[in-house]
Amino acid sequence: MSEQVRVQLDDFDLSTEVAALRDGHRDIGAVVSFVGTVRDVNDNADVAALELEHYPGMTEKALENIRQKAHQRWPLQNSLIIHRVGEMRPCDQIVLVAVASRHREAAFEAAHFIMDFLKTHAPFWKKETLPNGETRWVDARLSDDEAKKKWLDASENA
Amino acid sequence: MLTVQYFARFREELGTSQEQLPMEGFERVECVLKHLSQRGENWEKILGDRNQVQIAVNQDMARRHTPIKAGDEVAFFPPVTGG
Repeated sequence: MSEQVRVQLDDFDLSTEVAALRDGHRDIGAVVSFVGTVRDVNDNADVAALELEHYPGMTEKALENIRQKAHQRWPLQNSLIIHRVGEMRPCDQIVLVAVASRHREAAFEAAHFIMDFLKTHAPFWKKETLPNGETRWVDARLSDDEAKKKWLDASENA
Repeated sequence: MLTVQYFARFREELGTSQEQLPMEGFERVECVLKHLSQRGENWEKILGDRNQVQIAVNQDMARRHTPIKAGDEVAFFPPVTGG
């Protein structure tokens, strides 16, 4: 599996990852990075901890597929997806998407595209622990599905 | 044989993460779902909810009508919530 897709227990460092993404590419003019973090509140309840489950094997395959789709659609010099799994706490980093291209427009759009598809196509599931110790699986949001659809509509109209 | 996997809420509520099923004329994913739903009320409730059941065959997103063959890995899980 590509080094540009990583599913890991450990935290990541944004500066280190962006430096590696740019390394050896003198033609990069734009880098867009997105970092998703754990909120301390979700659906009107405090969240004490978050457990991220995934489907080993399929997860990496799905993320690489999304990355390849972005490369086919925009002229990108490089891209990276890191997603953490396991136990996390509020304020922890969960996900990093970083994209490098010659010009900003492709980088902005590709990063947005990768996140929208990651939300709906990559097999991760969040389980929250509330302050009283109760746990609950996070429900998928309809708005995530709608966000993904705008990319499909755009390509159909193109 | 067919390998069937369950994830997240399905894994917890069905009380199993993985099992082997003999191929009993399972031509498509929907045949497996029908077979599993006959195991009892809980199975029927969870796997019968069309809006909640997502499917993967050999680690690619799939649908009810996706064909399957012996040796395939089929997975059932609720809508994903990563990111």
